[in-house]
Amino acid sequence: MNESLHLWLIPLLPFAGFLINGILGRRLPKSLVTTVALLAPLSSFGVVLNAAMAANAGAALPHIETFRHSWINAGALHVEFNLVLDQLSLVMLLVVTGVGFLIHIYSAGYMAHDEGYARYFSYLNLFLFFMTVLVLAGNALLMFVGWEGVGLASYLLIGFWFQKPSAASAGMKAFVVNRIGDFGFLIGMFLLLGNFSSLSFNVIAAELAVKPAWTGGVLTAIALCLLVGATGKSAQLPLYVWLPDAMEGPTPVSALIHAATMVTAGVYMIARTHFLFDRSPFALLIVAIVGAATAIFAATIGLVQTDIKRVLAYSTVSQLGYMFLGCGVAAYSAGIFHLMTHAFFKALLFLGAGSVIHGLGGEQDLRKMGGLRHHMPITFWTMTVAVFTISGFPPLAAFFSKDAILYAAFLHGTSGKIFWFIGLVTALLTSFYMFRLWYLTFLGERRTGSLEDHGAPVHARSDTRLVLEAEHPHPVHESPWSMLGPLVILAVLSIGGGWIGIERFAAYLAPSVGMLSVEAGSASLEWTLAGLAVIAALLGWFIADRLYRARPDAPGQLASSMSGPYNLLLHKYWVDELYGAVIVKPILATSRFVLEWVVDVAILGGAAWLLGGIATLGGAILQRWQSGNLRSYAAWLAAAAAVLLLYVLWAYSPAGLSAFFNHGTGH
Amino acid sequence: MIPISWYLLLSAALFCLGVVGFLIKRNLITVFMSIELMLNGVNLSFVAFAHEWHLVKGQIFVFFVMVVAAAEAAVGLAIIIAVFRARSTLAVDRIDLMKL
Repeated sequence: MNESLHLWLIPLLPFAGFLINGILGRRLPKSLVTTVALLAPLSSFGVVLNAAMAANAGAALPHIETFRHSWINAGALHVEFNLVLDQLSLVMLLVVTGVGFLIHIYSAGYMAHDEGYARYFSYLNLFLFFMTVLVLAGNALLMFVGWEGVGLASYLLIGFWFQKPSAASAGMKAFVVNRIGDFGFLIGMFLLLGNFSSLSFNVIAAELAVKPAWTGGVLTAIALCLLVGATGKSAQLPLYVWLPDAMEGPTPVSALIHAATMVTAGVYMIARTHFLFDRSPFALLIVAIVGAATAIFAATIGLVQTDIKRVLAYSTVSQLGYMFLGCGVAAYSAGIFHLMTHAFFKALLFLGAGSVIHGLGGEQDLRKMGGLRHHMPITFWTMTVAVFTISGFPPLAAFFSKDAILYAAFLHGTSGKIFWFIGLVTALLTSFYMFRLWYLTFLGERRTGSLEDHGAPVHARSDTRLVLEAEHPHPVHESPWSMLGPLVILAVLSIGGGWIGIERFAAYLAPSVGMLSVEAGSASLEWTLAGLAVIAALLGWFIADRLYRARPDAPGQLASSMSGPYNLLLHKYWVDELYGAVIVKPILATSRFVLEWVVDVAILGGAAWLLGGIATLGGAILQRWQSGNLRSYAAWLAAAAAVLLLYVLWAYSPAGLSAFFNHGTGH
Repeated sequence: MIPISWYLLLSAALFCLGVVGFLIKRNLITVFMSIELMLNGVNLSFVAFAHEWHLVKGQIFVFFVMVVAAAEAAVGLAIIIAVFRARSTLAVDRIDLMKL
């Protein structure tokens, strides 16, 4: 297959959009900004679709585009600019550009009143550029460029309303926490370079393929370093803390970057480097443990959060844990399958939440919502689809993908049974908190904003109200069609996205990530596990129904009767406080001492003081010369002339004055 | 014939008188006259050498010095008048605006 698929256009089109809107956006009319902003992801999506159809029609995958000139050519280090399209990156690209385009449309409605409209879209296009680079990268370094770039775009968009201190600091938090993960990624790359003399995924995979006996050891080290990178980007334990705070950004950003695409980059990276993880059972076990622990940990926090976006944020962390669990039991295709369906339904959930927030003029507190199904019917119905999907009801998308992960976990040895059970409990918790959100937002009666309604004495973060979104205070209204259209499309995808089935999906991805390596379980086992998962989802719904529909005062009583666990969850296990006390404060104190006192005051300040002192002293001495007295200057002049004269006489005629006069008299 | 050293000693004496006068006198006009004295001391040595070696260059140079001295006298006296009008004094020690 020699025909070019023009993969390079996929990242560059959004980049062009970024440049146009970023440089000229302020001066262009709004309609033109919108056109450019929407055209960039749409055309990029078109190129992806074209590639997908070419692949369907028999184009050979993986399709590699290498640029003529290598990127880095320094000694033993050779890095090419190569873009790789295979089944894995194709699925990912379809999700990124497709969902990305829908969220661009939605944003045009959501951000319509914002004065930073062009800036917002230039950042969003920049994000798409880096994300597609990340996905298409054929070597670890190019992937790292995309990896860092999406981090930058994420930082810019979290802090989009930078006038709000909480948003600015949330952006910084995301950036700093991701640094820790990036550090792991970098170390992993150094190890790859040291052991394989190459960063290209193809070369490394080929070299591993000819050495089938090579397991563990340095491969475990590399895999664990990459895992550290993945936990940072994909918000897993222990680096998940930035994601809930990232909800300070505009809601479409939360949907695109912090739910559907960027945060799944860690999962994608693990699937992309699966040949390394396959050789290290220990690293895989760690991946599974991290995933399962994160899934249930975040789900428990999500139970009691009162900010609609924070519930969804913890839900995202929890679902990402599922994906890690899938990768950890070597069921990469199941993880990617869940990644795809999650992109649909979580984007839908966030956009629906955004629609609710928009309709309520900036209100994000669940306790002040309620009864919105009559006011916002389309939002209500699409959100309902999303809630049922994430809870895992058949035949909706997440049922298939979550089921695939749980099934693969169950078949994965003894430890797999524990992972499966954790996953099942998480499914129950997920179902509960999603139906809690559903009841509190859409059903019942509108609550008029009394904080006592929910029985919660402490509001976790009351400062998350979006001041800028609240600029048009008319009554509750349904959102415009630019926002509802994407909701409807995503709802359809959330319903049907899983119908392809894990078997066919895994078979399709097999060339990229290897076959689903579970020993074929019996059909009856599969049905039993699926049945159990549905029962867990139903149970979660039932409990939410009892607590939030049948007896609205019950949650408050429950919270006060179990105030210990309730407060623990409400304060998110005090993890932020713990990190603050154990890590941030000591670092801050050290840098205060070292940088402020030792370096700044002692070294820099001392040096400046010393130089200043020397200059002052010199000035004080030289000042005496400059008396301002004309005659003293003249005296110096005369004295100097006399000295010069005597010197010349002495130097040019050793006999000096006497010789001169002798000559004169002798004449 | 008078030896040249006599001329030169007279020239040096005139010059030194000019220097001393320049340094110790306080009145600006006297200082000015001291400068003229120095110039003429130098002129004398020029003329003496010219005469000694039968070269006309020294004589010509003296004319130049006289021209410059005349120009200087014109400008200098004008400045002195301006300073006196502005400061009502010609004491050199009190004309010290340049001092910080």
